[in-house]
Amino acid sequence: MAGFRQSEFFHNYTRSSSAIIGSGLMALFAFAVLAGPFLVAQNPYDIASLNLMDSYKPPIWLEGGDPRFWLGTDGQGRDVWASVLYGARISVFIGLVAMIASCIIGTVLGLLAGFYGGWLDAVIMRIADVQLSFPSILIALFLMSAVGTGVDKVLIALTAVGWVVYARTVRGSTLSEIEKEYVQAARVAGLPNHKIIRKHVLPNVLTPLIVIATIQVGTFVLIEASLSFLGVGVPITQPSLGLLIKNGFDVLFSGLWWTSVFPGLAIMMLVFGINLFGDFLRDELNPRLK
Amino acid sequence: MTDTPLLEVQDLRTYFHTFAGTVKAVNGVSFAVRKGEVMGLVGESGGGKSVVGFSILGLIDSPGKIEGGQILLEAEDLAQATEDRLRAVRGREISMVFQDPMTSLNPLHTVGRQMDEVLRLHSDLDAGARHAACVAMLESVGISRAAERLRAYPHQFSGGMRQRVVIAIAMLARPKLIIADEPTTALDVTIQSQILKLMRAQIAGTGAAMILITHDLAVVAEMADHITVLYCGNVVERGRTRDLIEAPSHPYTRGLIDSIPDTTRRLDRLSQIPGSVPDIRNLPQGCNFRDRCPRAQAICAETEPELTQQHASLMAACHFPLRPGDSA
Repeated sequence: MAGFRQSEFFHNYTRSSSAIIGSGLMALFAFAVLAGPFLVAQNPYDIASLNLMDSYKPPIWLEGGDPRFWLGTDGQGRDVWASVLYGARISVFIGLVAMIASCIIGTVLGLLAGFYGGWLDAVIMRIADVQLSFPSILIALFLMSAVGTGVDKVLIALTAVGWVVYARTVRGSTLSEIEKEYVQAARVAGLPNHKIIRKHVLPNVLTPLIVIATIQVGTFVLIEASLSFLGVGVPITQPSLGLLIKNGFDVLFSGLWWTSVFPGLAIMMLVFGINLFGDFLRDELNPRLK
Repeated sequence: MTDTPLLEVQDLRTYFHTFAGTVKAVNGVSFAVRKGEVMGLVGESGGGKSVVGFSILGLIDSPGKIEGGQILLEAEDLAQATEDRLRAVRGREISMVFQDPMTSLNPLHTVGRQMDEVLRLHSDLDAGARHAACVAMLESVGISRAAERLRAYPHQFSGGMRQRVVIAIAMLARPKLIIADEPTTALDVTIQSQILKLMRAQIAGTGAAMILITHDLAVVAEMADHITVLYCGNVVERGRTRDLIEAPSHPYTRGLIDSIPDTTRRLDRLSQIPGSVPDIRNLPQGCNFRDRCPRAQAICAETEPELTQQHASLMAACHFPLRPGDSA
């Protein structure tokens, strides 16, 4: 730990306000996601705890605000603050799991394509090219309308669009790594291919993935929110931040703005924090930008 | 020194089938290496030297292919061996030292781990014995505090030290043959001679043989017992080092020797071989060297010269070979 405190990375981190703000926002969401259920009295998805008499209460600083509901309530008398905390859990969960799945699948395919080349490379990379020629939201939308709504289906759709960027990056780095003499040396030493890939190539292609993975969590949160807003994302029983915006959007023009604005702010802060930190990582980990 | 060679390469042909045509990188190369001997493989860039090395190890990647010939390691033909057999040969019986010590070690693993990897693969020693073997090996290549240095990463070593580590890794499994592909080219001259001495001492200590691939005749003159000169994938001359350096019979070898700076002679201009290597995708008929050769005559454009016995121990492929005392 003392070594880390003296490292250039830590030094630059303490001097980068965007990195501190970004990681601060990420830490805030990490805390909210982990501790959320303990911070609020109401479970917004326990129908028994809802009271229709509490519906559409404004935030407490407005006239008619209820001290029990800081950010007001929605049409079912659901606490908006509690909904945001529970919704962020679902959004962050989907973003993280889809990122991990994409990263694993994309990295494996990229390594195989780059190391073995030939028809395997051609097939994997042509699929990737075709996918990249469409906007990812379009492919996700298409998949979701085909398979129906659900958290698991959102994860599948996001992974299906997310692996491409890893595969391409890893393939590129693999191609340049296997030209280096230490890979030749490993072959000359008689190491089998799977060991060369695992022990020599993989660790040397991972660095750029850290940046991609970080930024991708933000992208996935946004895509999931878009899908849910369009009604093809998560089911109504597990509302993510995007679905909360959609629910609130229906009554936005009736002046009941708080039901959609607060989930929207939450998404904005989450994605903003991830991107700020991702940019910092990109600058730090890319030797060519130094 | 025994009479049966450790490695005998006969009429090796390695071709690369590219879209732009077939590149005959190695086109009928024969030579032999005996135990305890250093064989220098010399030639210009693009002469097929490294391809010979990789062919011996069976590491020619598509679109390259060994099209013919035999690679006999103690009477076993490696050109016909299965991939499993070749993997057992690599590292254990034949190992390789590469040109650039900056990239021939994995930057993310400690030196100790990279050495241990070879022993895990090619010996059945336990962890303690492997560690002891690594320490002893590292000490024998002149790295002090070896046990401590095993835990260091490649970037913590200088270029010359890294090449020592690379040699240590190559020697670790006690191979019978070491292929050194331009082992000192990336090093500065003072380190060069240290590394050459070290390699000499290592093979003298273990009785291994070495193929030293280089474009630098000065290096082979110092190191090798025998020299094989390649030009455009063909052997143009071979023989004992002394004979070949003192009185080469092929004009190409003569040209290579004359282009070494010599401090005992006063020259206004260093001599060079005129022209450059022809495009090996479509080699001309006859002798490949004739366009650059001061002795070329009409017959050189028609028939390719065969490798024939010359004076002393030399074999050369030339219609008009030089005799001792001839000037080029």
